[in-house]
Amino acid sequence: MPESPPSATTTLCPSCAEPLDPGDRFCEHCGADVQAPPPAAAPPSGGGSPSGAGDAGPAAATGPAGAGATGPAAAPPSGADGDGARPRTDAAGADAGAAAGGYPAGGEAAAGDGPATDSFLLAPPQGQGQGQAQPQGDGDTLALGVPLPATKLSDPREEEPETAPEAETVCVACGLGGVDADGYCEHCGHAQPRQRDHQEQELEGVAAVSDRGLRHHRNEDAFALSTASLPDGSPAVAAVVCDGVSTAYRPDDASAAASAAGGESLLAALERGAPADEAMRGALLAAFEAVSALAEEEPAPDGAAHHNAPACTCVSAVVTGPVFTVGWIGDSRAYWIPDDRTQPSARLTEDDSWAARMVAAGLMTEAEAYADERAHAITGWLGADAVEVDPHVAAFQPESPGVIVVCTDGLWNYAESAAEMAAAVPRDARTRPLHSARTLVGVALDGGGHDNVTVAVLPFPAAVSRAGFPPDQATDGPGGAVNGL
Amino acid sequence: MARISKSNVPQFSVDIYQNEFLPEGGREVNAIVTVTSTGGGTSGGQPLPGPAFAAEGAPPSAGVVIMVDCSGSMEYPPTKMRNARDATAVAIDTIRDGVAFAVVAGTHQAREVYPANGGLAVADPTTRAQAKQALRKLTAGGGTAIGTWLRLADRLLASADVAIRHGILLTDGRNEHEKPEDLKATLDACTGRFTCDARGVGTDWEVKELTAIASAMLGSVDIVADPAGLAADFQAMMENAMGKEVADVSLRLWTPQGSEIAFVKQVAPTVEDLSGRRVEAGPRAGDYPTGSWGDESRDYHVSVRVPSAGVGQEMLAARLSLVLPQPDGTVEVLSQGLVRAVWTDDMAASTRINPQVAHYTGQAELAQVIQQGLEARKSGDMDGATAKLGRAVQLASASGNEDTAKLLAKVVDVVDAASGTVRLKARVADADEMTLETRSTKTVRVKK
Repeated sequence: MPESPPSATTTLCPSCAEPLDPGDRFCEHCGADVQAPPPAAAPPSGGGSPSGAGDAGPAAATGPAGAGATGPAAAPPSGADGDGARPRTDAAGADAGAAAGGYPAGGEAAAGDGPATDSFLLAPPQGQGQGQAQPQGDGDTLALGVPLPATKLSDPREEEPETAPEAETVCVACGLGGVDADGYCEHCGHAQPRQRDHQEQELEGVAAVSDRGLRHHRNEDAFALSTASLPDGSPAVAAVVCDGVSTAYRPDDASAAASAAGGESLLAALERGAPADEAMRGALLAAFEAVSALAEEEPAPDGAAHHNAPACTCVSAVVTGPVFTVGWIGDSRAYWIPDDRTQPSARLTEDDSWAARMVAAGLMTEAEAYADERAHAITGWLGADAVEVDPHVAAFQPESPGVIVVCTDGLWNYAESAAEMAAAVPRDARTRPLHSARTLVGVALDGGGHDNVTVAVLPFPAAVSRAGFPPDQATDGPGGAVNGL
Repeated sequence: MARISKSNVPQFSVDIYQNEFLPEGGREVNAIVTVTSTGGGTSGGQPLPGPAFAAEGAPPSAGVVIMVDCSGSMEYPPTKMRNARDATAVAIDTIRDGVAFAVVAGTHQAREVYPANGGLAVADPTTRAQAKQALRKLTAGGGTAIGTWLRLADRLLASADVAIRHGILLTDGRNEHEKPEDLKATLDACTGRFTCDARGVGTDWEVKELTAIASAMLGSVDIVADPAGLAADFQAMMENAMGKEVADVSLRLWTPQGSEIAFVKQVAPTVEDLSGRRVEAGPRAGDYPTGSWGDESRDYHVSVRVPSAGVGQEMLAARLSLVLPQPDGTVEVLSQGLVRAVWTDDMAASTRINPQVAHYTGQAELAQVIQQGLEARKSGDMDGATAKLGRAVQLASASGNEDTAKLLAKVVDVVDAASGTVRLKARVADADEMTLETRSTKTVRVKK
């Protein structure tokens, strides 16, 4: 991941590492353009707090002011800050990102008084690909960032890089060393950004963003998006989001395998004409099998015998015609956020977690349970040593348009209740799902980014038939679902 | 002809055992590196026509010089000289055909015994018989200046174009006829030119002196308290030497900018601090010599200090490779491994100590407290000796180092091994104390 230059108070030229004066546009030593992005991608900045969050946004409110100073923040070398391409010499950025390393938390946002911006941008804006990030290899060093459709770069202040980056040759942390075959800098030893550190994808009717967060060294979340045609010709849109269990072995492989297998199974079943709930149940079991297979593939290395078998959570949502179906195992969640915010939003899933069990059993209040350190211990997961696999499936038939937010706890830790989540979701989420997913990841990063964050946003109804909803009716959550199963 | 055999070219593998997770602000990364070479000639004692032991007619590629102490003290008791002669004869019998060899008699000066022509003889039935014949002329008389023996061995080995150069040194007394500085200068000159095992006969030699010689020469050291045991020991040593397939292998450590090596220790089969032997090998890289390798496995403890980084960061703390110098000045990389550092706020992950690291940290401490305990005992500090040797008993017991535990039990009465409660024995045989001191660095591997 990127790291600020070694000095905490002086910014250094990304090319020759000579100190720069604040306000310098070019290095006095080597003449390099210090405002141009360095030749490798950095993960995204946290950006500002989303405008849609307004006063309720947990980002600015809970983002510790100290996060910028003590956390792994760094001045974004990529010019991808929410405030546009900020040069490295920007004093505020340098101060906020004083500590070495880490994702930029958005200098001003971390200080708590940053201007709210409405964009959360990747850097550098390289992509010519249309709409989706294609994985370029497992765990490979990613030097070019995630390809983005140029049209998504809505911030006019964003500067295009003036020079073509020298792909995969220079360390993003020190700017001096080359990158070795193992993905480490040959000079300072820092690990380079990997493919999975930040991923985005957008399909017709669904978008998702996954980010490593600020405190974890790799992204153990994964997602899969897919669309298909039902036998009657209507579209089906699905998102699968998985969160690898860190205390298990190879959690990143587990989530990747589960999301891929789940997404594939789900769409295949729907294309065959299976009912959505059945397809969903089958998809969760397919994901389970894929994760279990990992355990047989390769035993944990010697000395790691105490490690658990690969495991992950899984949550999936699929929109089929007037209905959408949610399935999950573990503590990743789905929320319903109606367009009309006067109507209630709802959490659609019940965690398989210690806290949820305590609350369900009436032993603790929700507040008490979630304050407990065991709160996040999950009681259901996908993996070879899962005690029992009990896929939960529920179907919903909202009567007004909105979006389904499917996410890992890396997001909902910062917007736990349905109301909080609704406050964080931009009002134009249904028409700009990718933007919304980015904004929500930004909320999590501004809140501290303590875990990997993955968010998928599915507009409902699916793209084709967006009209015809009576404005005064809405679902009121799982209990009131028209078709809750 | 169908035959089952391993490759003649040794294969090196590197396994890294570490907890890569550091707490916020953590700077110390520890890793145990297990280096295993397979395909050498020590497998079952079967001679393999490997690169070191070329086929008949081809020039030899290994040379061995046996240095036998012939100082006056070897005559008391007279069996000592006879046993040394017999042991040397057994060792000569163990030399494989085609290996170059010589025998040197050591006193206050060094004298060639066989082939006595300023060079090495190539082993075959005839030369082996001639060499054994020449041993009969060995008589005891004179002083002890080990440095001169090593210099002669170096000259003899240098006279032949061999890849593997090894010495076997047998002595029964202190290095009395040479200044310590002279011996040190000799060791500095010979280090890296050949490897050498050292054996002390009886109890009149100095453990530290001989240990220093073997250590500098990347060889083993041991005590042969009873001269009658010499022949078996010589045979084992020679077989071990014959099994060496690759010489001059170095452990190369690359560390990134801002990181530094705190120490590099061999921790199995014996504890040996290599930190001071670093030879710079390019930017931020250093080589630590490991000598010759046959079919064997050794463990190293590498400790690196890295610059502190924020939670969520990952870096390479060290890249570790085994390198073999090539005639053209480059090196062949035999195998490599990575030592990583990952900063996390997960206390469970960052506080976990890797079992291998914990084990070898204990074994290194075991060697240290034995040496300190024996030192305290010699200087009359009985409380200090009891405390140190008690700790040694505790460590040996906890780690399953039974050989060392047995040796300790000859020096102290063990009251409770688990708590390290011991009483010093009133009378301890010199041989037992010297055996404990000599073998204090022997370690055991992690219990599975």
